[in-house]
Amino acid sequence: MLSSDQVLHVARLARLELTAEEVERFGGELSKVLDHIELIGQLDLEDVPPTSHVVDVENALRADEPRPSMPVEQALAGAPDAADGGFRVPSPGAS
Amino acid sequence: MIELTAKQAADAIRSGALDAKEYFDFYRERAAADPYNSYVWVADEAPEIDTSKPFAGVPIAIKDLFCTEGIPSQAGSKILEDYRPPYTATSVQKLTRDAGGTLLGKTNQDEFAMGSSTENSAYGPTLNPWDTTRVPGGSSGGSAAVVAGATAPWSIGTDTGGSIRQPAALTGIVGLKPTYGAISRYGMIAFASSLDQAGPFTRDVTDSAMLLSAMVGADPCDSTSLGLPEPVRIPTAQDLKGIRLGVPEELSGEGIEEGVLKAFNETLEIAKSLGATVETTHLPHAPHGLAAYYLIAPAECSSNLARYDGVRYGLRAEGAGSLLEMYTQTREQGFGAEVKRRIMLGTYALSSGYYDAYYGRAQKVRTLIARDFTNAWEKFDFIVTPTAPGVAFELNSKTADPLAMYLNDFCTVPMSLAGIPAISIPNGLSEGLPVGFQIAGPAFSENRILDAAFALEQAIGFDGSKAYA
Repeated sequence: MLSSDQVLHVARLARLELTAEEVERFGGELSKVLDHIELIGQLDLEDVPPTSHVVDVENALRADEPRPSMPVEQALAGAPDAADGGFRVPSPGAS
Repeated sequence: MIELTAKQAADAIRSGALDAKEYFDFYRERAAADPYNSYVWVADEAPEIDTSKPFAGVPIAIKDLFCTEGIPSQAGSKILEDYRPPYTATSVQKLTRDAGGTLLGKTNQDEFAMGSSTENSAYGPTLNPWDTTRVPGGSSGGSAAVVAGATAPWSIGTDTGGSIRQPAALTGIVGLKPTYGAISRYGMIAFASSLDQAGPFTRDVTDSAMLLSAMVGADPCDSTSLGLPEPVRIPTAQDLKGIRLGVPEELSGEGIEEGVLKAFNETLEIAKSLGATVETTHLPHAPHGLAAYYLIAPAECSSNLARYDGVRYGLRAEGAGSLLEMYTQTREQGFGAEVKRRIMLGTYALSSGYYDAYYGRAQKVRTLIARDFTNAWEKFDFIVTPTAPGVAFELNSKTADPLAMYLNDFCTVPMSLAGIPAISIPNGLSEGLPVGFQIAGPAFSENRILDAAFALEQAIGFDGSKAYA
């Protein structure tokens, strides 16, 4: 069973601000899923290489030639707060 | 018009027997009046229709998570509410600009494709056209329901662990997940990048081949895309002579509903009558697929969804004092419960001290599952299983128990982990609801799978018109 401290730690890593109710609920739900997942602990995986990608593909390279990029206005069109050709955000240091 | 398959409609438009604009308007009106909440956006009017290309202007519905320039692409999430991308996904470009399909609408889905019922959409659940008290499956439930309910002739969706095949099975239509890399992922809003693959939803196998043929191809914008080694053919096989079918005991017994098993066994008898040999076999590691999948997919999602931070697009929480607060509050407000759950699970599996025990082990299990299939191809042309363990379930019946929901993917996840192609075709009814039959083959065997599926389809004679007549 995940403790609420563990849930809060993971939430901090994931940049999620959970409500007290969510902390309690996720603790129980994630523990149940992890119990099922832990079945793979029974397998002997000593000499098995990991698979991160199923297709045998070497580096896909292209010619290093300049190409037009998306215009700045278009890239900023969906921004919640665009200013001076960039994305405006609250100060990291503010509290 | 409603009886025509997409291929029949394209042929009729080309021969002059059918007017492309009338056909588009017929479906546009049906889509606008769709009673199943399958659409999140429908075209206002017929755009310019080009009948000179292979699809002759036949309308197509697209899962919400495909980016479409200037058209809402929200991936079923509140965090992308009314997001209008500055570019269009390669696969959608190939279907519309290149093949001449006409964009009809965007379809509802589980948020960021996380779910097996389309109940995790921020825009409400999609209902199953066969029985509106039941789910259409997921995550591409909208794309399945539009074809089953005939509010689109055909559609596309994405499959990460079964999100095309399972909803196709639950709504009585054909759904194909191609080999990983066959279709570009560029412009598909990412869930789990080593697993995500686009594919067609269609009324029949012929349409599936036709739609697939226009989607495949290597793309410089997706370095993992390969295309297929040969063009996709329209299937013609009339029998299964010489075809060896393997039935894995691990995916065709325990946990499968009786009515689903009955339909499965009947289809095996039909396969034999068409000349196939059917033999029981083993995929010893397949039962561990679900555990490996529910580590790998959440791990990749926790990384992919880090981009939703309220900075560049989508929702931003109001009134946050600091940058960190803006991130955490935006994500708290914008993500639904299942997405948070999977981000948490994935972050936990990747966190210091747990990485080797969870994510590292899951990647090794993935190797074993892929090897099981490689061994199977020495003896068999295809592995066949029921697509989903049960028929469409009632709305809200599994939302309180994430693990019960995840078990829906039991028969489809192993193929996803191995990156191999698989199709689901409707093979009968149980309790009056559709059942699906899954055919999986080696990487790049799409043409052979489509041929086998076509031969079976002709012999099964499933009638899906009950859902829209």
